[in-house]
Amino acid sequence: MSSKRTWFSSRSLLYVVALLIALYILVPIYLITISAFSPRNAVFDYPKPFFPKAFSVETLSFFLNSFGVLESVQMSIIVAILTLVLSLLIGAPAGYTLARYVFVGKDSYRLAILSTRAFPIVILAIPLAVTFIRWDLDDTAIGVALLHTAMALPTTILVTSSVFVSVSKELEEAAMVLGCSRFGAFRRVALPLALPGLAASAIFTFVLSWNEVFAAAILTLQNPTLPARLVVQLNQSPLPFKFAGGFFILVPAIVFMLFVRRYLFTLWGVKLK
Amino acid sequence: MRKKLILVALLLVLALVAVACQPQTVEVTRVVTQTETVEVTRVVTETIEVEGEPVVVTQVVVETVTVEVPAEQPDFGKVVILSTQGVPVEEAEKMRGIVLADFPGEPEFIGVEEPVLLDRVLAEAEAGEGSVDVVIALHGTFPTLQAADALMDLSDLAAELSDRGIPDAFMELGKLGTEDTQYYIPLMQATYIFAANKVALDYLPEGADPDALTWDDIYNWAQNIANETGENKLGFPAGDRGLMHRFLEGYIYPSFTGGMVSNFKSEEAVAMWEFMRNLWQYTNPQSTTYAFMQEQLLSEEVWVAFDHTARLKDAFEQRPDDFIALPSPTGPAGLGFMPVIVGVGIPKNAPNPEGAMEMIRYLLEDETQINILREIGFFPATGVEFPGFVSTGIRLEGEAVAKQAASPNALPALLPVGLGERGGEINKIYRDTFTRIILNGEDIPTVLEEEGAKLQALLEETGAPCWPPDPPSEGACQVR
Amino acid sequence: MIAKLRAQNLEPYLLLLPSTIFLLLFFAWPMFRALSLAILNDEGQFTLAHIQRMTSDVAFWDAIRNTFILLITIIPLQFILALIMALIVTSGLRGSGLLIYFYALPIAISDLAAGIVWFAVFTERGYLNTLLTNLGILDKPFIFLNIQTSWPLIAVIIAEVWRATSIVFVILVAGLQGIPKEYNEAAEIFGANWYTRLWRVTLPMLRPSIQVALILRTILAFQVFAVVVALTGGNLRVLALEAFRWYGDFRNANVAAAYAALILIFSMIVSVVYLRTLRSPETELTG
Repeated sequence: MSSKRTWFSSRSLLYVVALLIALYILVPIYLITISAFSPRNAVFDYPKPFFPKAFSVETLSFFLNSFGVLESVQMSIIVAILTLVLSLLIGAPAGYTLARYVFVGKDSYRLAILSTRAFPIVILAIPLAVTFIRWDLDDTAIGVALLHTAMALPTTILVTSSVFVSVSKELEEAAMVLGCSRFGAFRRVALPLALPGLAASAIFTFVLSWNEVFAAAILTLQNPTLPARLVVQLNQSPLPFKFAGGFFILVPAIVFMLFVRRYLFTLWGVKLK
Repeated sequence: MRKKLILVALLLVLALVAVACQPQTVEVTRVVTQTETVEVTRVVTETIEVEGEPVVVTQVVVETVTVEVPAEQPDFGKVVILSTQGVPVEEAEKMRGIVLADFPGEPEFIGVEEPVLLDRVLAEAEAGEGSVDVVIALHGTFPTLQAADALMDLSDLAAELSDRGIPDAFMELGKLGTEDTQYYIPLMQATYIFAANKVALDYLPEGADPDALTWDDIYNWAQNIANETGENKLGFPAGDRGLMHRFLEGYIYPSFTGGMVSNFKSEEAVAMWEFMRNLWQYTNPQSTTYAFMQEQLLSEEVWVAFDHTARLKDAFEQRPDDFIALPSPTGPAGLGFMPVIVGVGIPKNAPNPEGAMEMIRYLLEDETQINILREIGFFPATGVEFPGFVSTGIRLEGEAVAKQAASPNALPALLPVGLGERGGEINKIYRDTFTRIILNGEDIPTVLEEEGAKLQALLEETGAPCWPPDPPSEGACQVR
Repeated sequence: MIAKLRAQNLEPYLLLLPSTIFLLLFFAWPMFRALSLAILNDEGQFTLAHIQRMTSDVAFWDAIRNTFILLITIIPLQFILALIMALIVTSGLRGSGLLIYFYALPIAISDLAAGIVWFAVFTERGYLNTLLTNLGILDKPFIFLNIQTSWPLIAVIIAEVWRATSIVFVILVAGLQGIPKEYNEAAEIFGANWYTRLWRVTLPMLRPSIQVALILRTILAFQVFAVVVALTGGNLRVLALEAFRWYGDFRNANVAAAYAALILIFSMIVSVVYLRTLRSPETELTG
């Protein structure tokens, strides 16, 4: 413990900095929340109230009851989970490979993977839509999930590879010396140690899919994901509805973070305390 | 700690569920009944006693009976409508719950932004497999679909609907410059006007008539407000999602130069841009972020604003007593204004073309047209008389629209035709000119020369002849 | 030769196969086709016309300049902030569990929502002006989002740092975890102070994480535009926005493809630089 104490010269300074950063992050979230729960005309008030004078769910409930929103939430959840599973299944082995093997073409592979992320997806709207219509994947959860997986893979591969690099290879070697197969060593030693990192990468994937607009908007028609349904509203509806929509798209993601945080933190907790 | 957080999360979820269970605002249910008069023939068999003997008499009776039966309409099945209009959440709900409610079938109204609509329909055309039945979009959206040959010819339907009183000029626009192919049928119309907070009327220059303003009045007005309040309260929708290019093309250019294109770099145009530069001193500099002026009017960031009627509507609806609608101002060459035509078309590989045709017939019925006006604020394209029961907000807008169209020196500017799928590029030229002259402060004649050359190139490459208010041309329109 | 290619040498390639096939199928082919639009004319012959059109466009140099200004301000700010955040949550403060959650929250926030929030803060009748007026610093609202000043750029930087620092933070924390604390303890025994340990032990050990975070953030920074549209109405030109406008609004897929190619090239150059300069020691398993 003594080593920790000297990391920053003064602990109270540390608390102040920690608090300031937390405020920077939380205040805007707080502001959108009170705006979403304000009566319709209060949104236009000036000076802006920092504490809501009146509470109203008028705009929010209109939003939630408007056509198809709940179906879209369901669609979004299915797509995000499919994406998460697919990208970990396909991406984690590649990440492990990049971390543990030396082979010809490693950097080229890495760059090729990155290039798919570096390309603005908007430009692909028509070719992608044509392909998906022809393959009968159009307007389905699996279709959107496949494309989201393609978009998430570069991140998944890179993040998992950095995780496996940091998991000490000596432990894995020791396990192999003690009679584990290579796969066994991976499963019993590297995988558990890498779990928090894998959880982090799963969060990125889930959130990417949850918030992704372009691919979802072009690949769905009658069964859009939540952002695909909301994007036009966030751009064109009157301000009170923008706040309601902005808040509404925020909440599920925040709740999701709350639950996965446990996976991150229990492991960190073991280490830190 | 963790338990508390989970508790908070659960509360949030519960709050959302509770919110979701609130009563719905738009009533959708509606029982359609119809009274019919039918002649019923029936055979009556009676036993009568004739002289003590029972005799069976059979006679045929014809009766007229009035019965009330649920209207037995044919079911046109599922009709998927992809629309760039009526998409804000309240309007979309009204489209579904009221405007489309009586359609004999299962309408599915999907609101999207223009790029998505185009990408979708173009992709379906290329894949040869469609799921969209009806497209509702601005006039300017259709040429791109025409260029990809993605639309059905609706000539027969247009002939059938010729008794609905759609102006010939509008129908002609729907042919997109061709002789005999009807790509869309005009569905509804709108235009652009000025809206003002009543507070601003106190600063109106001496002797100015709010119903017949000149551009100089607008300038003096904005100047008065700025001098007396210290704030710039005039606003334009000059953000990317705003419609500033329409202001330039259809309003200020015709008002100063008498045309949209042919006097692009004339002396009058130079004078116009100098006027704009002066006007901009008294314009809210945040205008470059604005897209829907109703927001800034309601927040009172601006008091006087120019925009599309559908993008001002919320201000008039929310606070009808605080805002007035003003016809567009007159300039040295007249009162330029631009109609907005929304059309309805059918993609070539629509899965349910019958249903789509029926949908168009339905949309052009008198009752639907009036519902459209009342619910989403677009004016009818047909000749239907609309009675006075529209909301105050829409009535205010309607009066201003009527006044600007009826002005003796009106210069109606039509939307560009003949540019085909490159119609978007003309907007870029006008916006770039605006950015360079007003925001970057570049030399006016130089910018007009350079951007004029781009405009000329665009006109040459597409071979587009001049369109109103510019005088007709032989061959491609020439920029002077 | 072939005999030497033992099964084990094929192992990495087998493990990479699924991801390669997947990306080829769903991404690479459409991407290749879209890119070819940048250098082909309608007849399918090679042309530089689209690229010339792009470079001669009024918005082009502005877009390049603004994109790079955003890049070189946002990324260092994010790294410094994320590192501070990571050190805070790993320093054993009370409530650091809650802090981790708060600090990671913005990951979940879509850029659309972020744009709406920050517009409400910076607009003329927004929260910032309310605050400054309440504090007596201003007597009437100041117009921050005036495109003729640098304020919109600053607003975009603040909003982007807010939105996207968390991803760096989470990657760094995951990396910090992997550093055996014995290293730091050993360094401490030898008398290294906090600063020296940070510089000599922690940061070098964090290299793989830093590399990944840098690459990802840079690539994503080239694609930023939703927040830019929200805060500047799109009048602050950036490359990704130009690609979007040419494709969506001006319906010219060729010029849009040229912009996309440019973004791709810039991203790849930067990635190669990162991969070379931050090369982490190979950690191959033997046996």
